[in-house]
Parts: sequence; structure tokens; C-alpha cells
Amino acid sequence: MSDIWSMIARRLLLGLLTLFVISLIIFGATELLPGDLAQNILGQSATPETVAAFRRELGLDLPAHTRYVNWLLGALQGDFGTSLANKRPIADLIATRLSNTLFLAVYAAALSVPLSLMLGILAALWRNSIFDRAANALALTSISFPEFFVAYILIFVLAQSGLFPSMARMDPTTTFSEALYRTFLPALTLTLVVTAHMMRMTRAAIINLLASPYIEMARLKGMSPARVILKHALPNALAPIVTVVALNLAYLITGVVVVEVVFVYPGLGQLMVDSVAKRDFPVVQAVALIFAAAYVLLNLTADVLSTLSNPRLIHRK
Amino acid sequence: MSESSAKPVLLTMQDIHIDGRSGDTWSPIIKGVDLTLHRGEVIGLIGESGAGKSTLGLAAMGFTRDGCRISGGMIDFDGIDLLAIPERERRALRGKRIAYVAQSAAASFNPAHKLIDQYCEGPVQHGVMPREKAEADAVELYRRMRLPNPEEIGFRYPHQVSGGQLQRAMTAMAMSCRPDLIIFDEPTTALDVTTQIEVLSAIRDIVAQFDTAAIYITHDLAVVAQMADRIKVLLRGDEVEESDTRSMLAAPKEDYTKSLWAVRSYARPVQPPVTTGVPVVSVQNVTAGYGAADVLKNIGFDIHARRTVAVVGESGSGKSTTARVITGLLPPRQGRILFDGQPLPPDYRQRSRDQLRQAQMIYQMADTALNPKLRLRELIGRPAEMYLGLKGKALTERIRDLLALIELEPEKYIDRLPSELSGGQKQRIGIARALAAEPKFIICDEVTSALDQLVAEGILKLLDRLQSEFNLAYMFITHDLATVKAIADEVVVMQNGRVVEQGPKEEMFQPPHDPYTELLLSSVPEMDPDWLTRLLADRAARRAGQG
Repeated sequence: MSDIWSMIARRLLLGLLTLFVISLIIFGATELLPGDLAQNILGQSATPETVAAFRRELGLDLPAHTRYVNWLLGALQGDFGTSLANKRPIADLIATRLSNTLFLAVYAAALSVPLSLMLGILAALWRNSIFDRAANALALTSISFPEFFVAYILIFVLAQSGLFPSMARMDPTTTFSEALYRTFLPALTLTLVVTAHMMRMTRAAIINLLASPYIEMARLKGMSPARVILKHALPNALAPIVTVVALNLAYLITGVVVVEVVFVYPGLGQLMVDSVAKRDFPVVQAVALIFAAAYVLLNLTADVLSTLSNPRLIHRK
Repeated sequence: MSESSAKPVLLTMQDIHIDGRSGDTWSPIIKGVDLTLHRGEVIGLIGESGAGKSTLGLAAMGFTRDGCRISGGMIDFDGIDLLAIPERERRALRGKRIAYVAQSAAASFNPAHKLIDQYCEGPVQHGVMPREKAEADAVELYRRMRLPNPEEIGFRYPHQVSGGQLQRAMTAMAMSCRPDLIIFDEPTTALDVTTQIEVLSAIRDIVAQFDTAAIYITHDLAVVAQMADRIKVLLRGDEVEESDTRSMLAAPKEDYTKSLWAVRSYARPVQPPVTTGVPVVSVQNVTAGYGAADVLKNIGFDIHARRTVAVVGESGSGKSTTARVITGLLPPRQGRILFDGQPLPPDYRQRSRDQLRQAQMIYQMADTALNPKLRLRELIGRPAEMYLGLKGKALTERIRDLLALIELEPEKYIDRLPSELSGGQKQRIGIARALAAEPKFIICDEVTSALDQLVAEGILKLLDRLQSEFNLAYMFITHDLATVKAIADEVVVMQNGRVVEQGPKEEMFQPPHDPYTELLLSSVPEMDPDWLTRLLADRAARRAGQG
């Protein structure tokens, strides 16, 4: 087992290194943007003295590497600086947005992961049957439409009839059950978008193994088709499935701007897009760093889980 | 007939027809074969690959692989019509009353579960016994199969157990529900001779102890002679003949059976010993390995022109590593390789193109050694182009000559893909590709061990002819001593990375031997049905004498 811990430690270090490189890229990219920030904010009519004073206030007069180190050290302590647009601390700004984003992501994952695993397993069990074809066709259809289209169809069908709200507004007084109800449509939209990928990978990973001698052996031991799939094929198919699930979860956190916009949901994606429009770079940097961290962390978890699913890697000779 | 015919009939297969699908058409694999098996009796099914042995064996469980179907005939197992009952009832029989032991236990155990979990699955799921009892039973059967640490071995994963032990664990698993019938599908083909003996004797004892009937499928006549009461010979889905083991061995009736028997008698004429001259290849005091461990420990031997040196030993003895050192894939830690008396750079990247051309290799699995996307023209042409600079018409001429040399019609084969060839033909292409470079020295790494005996004999004869035509020196890596007898001039016996004995073949097969050579030689099955019994008695007596 000590092998596992050292493997996890190595992966964590690598993940941190990746994040460090990403933070350099994020910071460097915003540096490269044309135009002077202070000038942009104050407008063309500002006097050079005001601009210079404002630059000092923002710390823009310091050399880039000093600002990078300050920014990174602050970020490590949860202090991302203040927003240029409304002067509020970015950490406060992000906190509620982040929890909203995570809430929606977890909600959609709780719907889509079990659903797609179950559909994938059943499709593998009844491969080439009507069920298999129907599930595949439906999943492909839903992934082929753009998200906003799926969202509008759902609003048209489920919100116009008054079953669910088409606006997913959230405020501090919203109770948990109320939140579940209000965000049902965005969660369902995301579920429809991500299910196909995970379901098809589950099906393919299982079917890929069905020609193995140990699967034939299980059948020759008189095991039922369901047991052959669940007990003999699935444990060996976990690694590719876990990887695809992690990729989709990362997407649920970082890639849902369109859905947030359609349902007026106050998530991180919207904040990011708004801040880009307002050239509020500290916020953009902070959100980008959070997205990167989510990606790295989820992929790391997937790597560790795939390793754990392979006895050849945990139980050495 | 043996005494077992007095027992009641357990399995009757009548006029079995099985078809296999290729594209949209069904073609016959089994063409009307009958089989009768009594309780406690062992019948051997032999034939070359493609004869339909496994297909027929699986059909005895009412099972066909995907893409196959039983299109006619009747299978009666202990009064149950296997083809008439629903699949659910057939499943209830499989594992419980009819069990299966597969060729490669390493591939047939599920890598995700411990051995004992896989053992208990059958008894528990079939409702034969509860888990605790099954676990206790597993330990008992592991002990009877003479597995080391029977109490603990079940709690290991398949990758933690050696091939021979896995094969015994699989036999124990097949026994878990005390079936009436077990299908053994080439259970020892993938094992070394020394390991094979242990598995064979364990299987034979346990089948006798529980009075289990068995269908024993193999292509090895000497093995089936030890195991079966009766032998049935199959050829391309048809029965050739069937009789009890002793009369079959003593007097095979059909020509095909006789030809199978004759294969083992091929041997090339004895060459006069080499006393002078510079060896083509000289391996001198080589120590090499991967990581921290030494796989080869100070080995040395010479190979002269027009001579075949067979390197024999079990898997893991360092045979293939020796080949990697000679070809420069693995630079040695100590020692050197001389070629025509000149030292070769240890790493192939430092060798000149001409040095590389002089030493070529032929591989065990022609299937994976040939690029499936290239036509034979390119496969054989590339080395001729690269090493000899042949182009255009001259190159095509050379490819045609090479194809003619390996006895394949150039017109017919030059534009084929490897997938359009049989196993033996693919191996011939491997030989042609090695010859295309016009080498002095060829390493043959287990080149015949994946082939049927008749096909293998053809390859050996071809190699022999090419050697005298082109003055080639061969290093022949093999674990099969029958092949050594057939083709070698000199033998190098390896064990645990050391050379334990070397010398001319005639001396090697004459006593006195090194103890390890003795063990190897005595482990090669003979075509005598009493061989295994006698050998085990001998070894037991010797152990008793020593102790």
C-alpha cells in the first residue's frame, strides 16, 4: 500500500507543478493584452497625473514578476485582490458564485453519472438489441444539439407548462429543496449533454472485454449474462470509464457558461464572461485559476481511481 | 477397449455439425462427428489447429463461441438433451456438472479477482455449498493439486502466481462442484516441459480420485498418450479414426494418423565436428541484465558457419536475453561479442549497416512480427533495398527469387497481405525477410513453437536446406527438445542465466548429464502410455534413496 501513497504524492506534486505553470500562463496572457488598464478604466479624458496615481494605487507601476509573486502569494491565501469593476474583494465575489457552480455541477453529476453508467451497462448487456439502438440514438441526438437549443426545448416543454421555472435565480434565503426545484432545468440540460459520452464509453469499454478468455471462462462456469457483465467485465473496464467521467465532471464545472446564461443562473461562468467584457482582469485571472485547479484535481482523482481498480498495480508480486 | 466401457454412458454426441460464420456465409467447422464417453473415462481429441478440437469440446457443454452455431446432431448428457433445453438450464449445468479448463490459465483467470473468489463463485452461485465451505474445500483441492501454500495461495491475484501454478488452480476450480465431466483444452501447451509434468500428473490423479470423465484436447501425441483411455483423431472437422490409446499408438490405421506419428522421427544428418576456423559468432564471458538484476551470468559459446547451435532452457533461463545481447538490443555489462573474429560494438546503434546486415532474426510469433498493412513485396523487399541498395527491376527479381526459395509461388503471393497466409506461410515470410539481407548468421527464436507439428517439420527442413545452400550459421532458441534433436549440431543448456552444459548434440543426448539437463531430457513426454507413471515412480524412488 505504501506504493499507492507515494504514487498519490507524486501525482499531487505533478498537479501542483501543472497549476504553477498554468498560473504563469494566465498571468502572462493578461499581461500581453494591449492597452493600459488604468487608462482604459479612467477613460481618454483622464490627465496623465491621475492615470499615474491610479497605476500606483493598482500596483501596476511595479515590475511584472513582483506583481506575479504578490498575486500568487495572495491567491495561495485565498486573497485574489479586489475587482476593478466594483472594488469589492474578489474572494467574496467568487465565493457565492463558486458554491452555485459546484451545486449545479454536483446536481447534474448526481443525475447523469448513475444514469449513463446504468444505460451503458444495460446497452452492453443487451447489445445490438432495440434498447441498445434506442439508447444510443437518443444519447447521440442529445449530444449533437447545441446546449442552448436543448435548454430552450426544455423550457418550451417543461417551463411553459408551468412545471418548472425557466429562471434559476438563487439568493441566500433559498432553501435546499427550493434550490433543487429551481435548478432542475439547467441540471437536466447538462445531464442530456454529458450522458452520451459517458454512456457510450461505458458500453464500449465493457464490450471491448467480452472477447477475453476470462469472460468466456465465466460463461463456461455457468454464470448469468448480468453477472458476467457486472462481476467479470465491469471491474476491468473501470479505468477508461473513470477517466471519461472525470472529464465530464470537469466540463460541468468549467464549461457551462451558455447554460448559466440561458437560465440566468449566477455561476462562475457568467462571472468570467462578464469580467472579460468589463476588462476586470483580476477576476478573470482568479476564475481561470479556479477552473484550472478543478481540471487538475479531477484528472488526478481519475488517475488514482484507475490505478486502484487495477490489482496488478496495487498488489505487486 | 479399456475397462471403463463397462461403466454407464455419460455423454453421447451424435452426428454433430457446427458452422462458423465468415461475413454472411456459414461454412462447416465440424462435419458430422460422433463421440461417446463413459463415466470416469478420459478421451483424447487430437489434431492440428483448425481441426475443430476446441469447438467440439465446447459443444459437449452445449456451448458455441460467438459466430458459431450447432446446425445439426444430438448431444445427450446423462439423459439430458443439451440442445433441446433452454439456455438457462444449460447454464445451470455448466460449471456444476460439466466444467472447463482453458489453454492459458493466465488469460482465463479474471485479473480483477483473487483466485479463491473465482473458485468459490461456481459452488456458491450454483447453490452447491455456502462460501465458508467452498473456501475450505478450495484449500483441500489446492493441496491435492500439490500447490505450494494451499492455505494462502487462493488469496493472491492471478498475476502473483506462476503459469504452472495457475493451470493447477484452474483445474482445482473446475473440480469445485465435483462435475461429472471436465473439458481440458490444451491445458499444458503453454508450459515448460518440467512444469508440464507436474500439471499432468496432478490432473491425472485428481481425475482418477473423483472418477471424473474428461475430454482431453491437445495437439501433442505424447501428452495424450499419458492422459487418455481412448484417442480420437480429427482432421478439418472430420473424424479420422478412434481407438483405445494402446492400439492407436501401436498400430495407427489411417495415413493421416501415421503422418502425425512420423513427424517426431525427422532428424538431420550428423555433421562432422568443427575443430578449426574462426567462429562466425563468439559470445565471450557475457554478463547482462535489466535494472539491478543480472539475467545472464558470464556465459560464452561459439557458433561456426553452417552449424546450428540450439540454446535450450525453461522460460526465464535467459535464452532470449542472449539473443538481445548478440543483436545489440541489450548492451552487456561485461564480456563481448565477436563476429568473424572482430569485436562488435555492444549497442546496435553504434554498429555499421553491414554489421547489422550480417545478423538477422526470425521470431516466434510470425503474426505479430509481420506488419499487417504491408504486402509481401514490401515486407521482403525492404531489407533487400535498405542493406543491398536494390531498386526497380533488380529488386522485384530478388523478391521473386526469395519467394521461390521459401517454396511460395512468386506470381501468386507477391502482392498478398500477411492476413491472407496460413501460420506456416507467415513463418516462411519471416525467413525470407531474414534472408533478404544476405546474412551470415540468423537467430531463430522459438520459430516453430506456435506451429503444428507437420507445419513445423516443413519449416525445419526449409531452414536446414537454406543453411547448406548459403553456409548460414544458426542460433536456435527453443524449449522443445524434440526440435533440438531434429535440427541441432551443438546444444547449449541454460538455467537461471548460466550455461550448465554445452557440446555436440550426440554427447548431449548420451549420459552422463548435468542434473538439470537430465531433468529436462527426462521431462520430454514419450509416446509410451506408461511413460509418465514410470517416470514419477523413478523420481519418487530416487528421492526416497537420497532421503
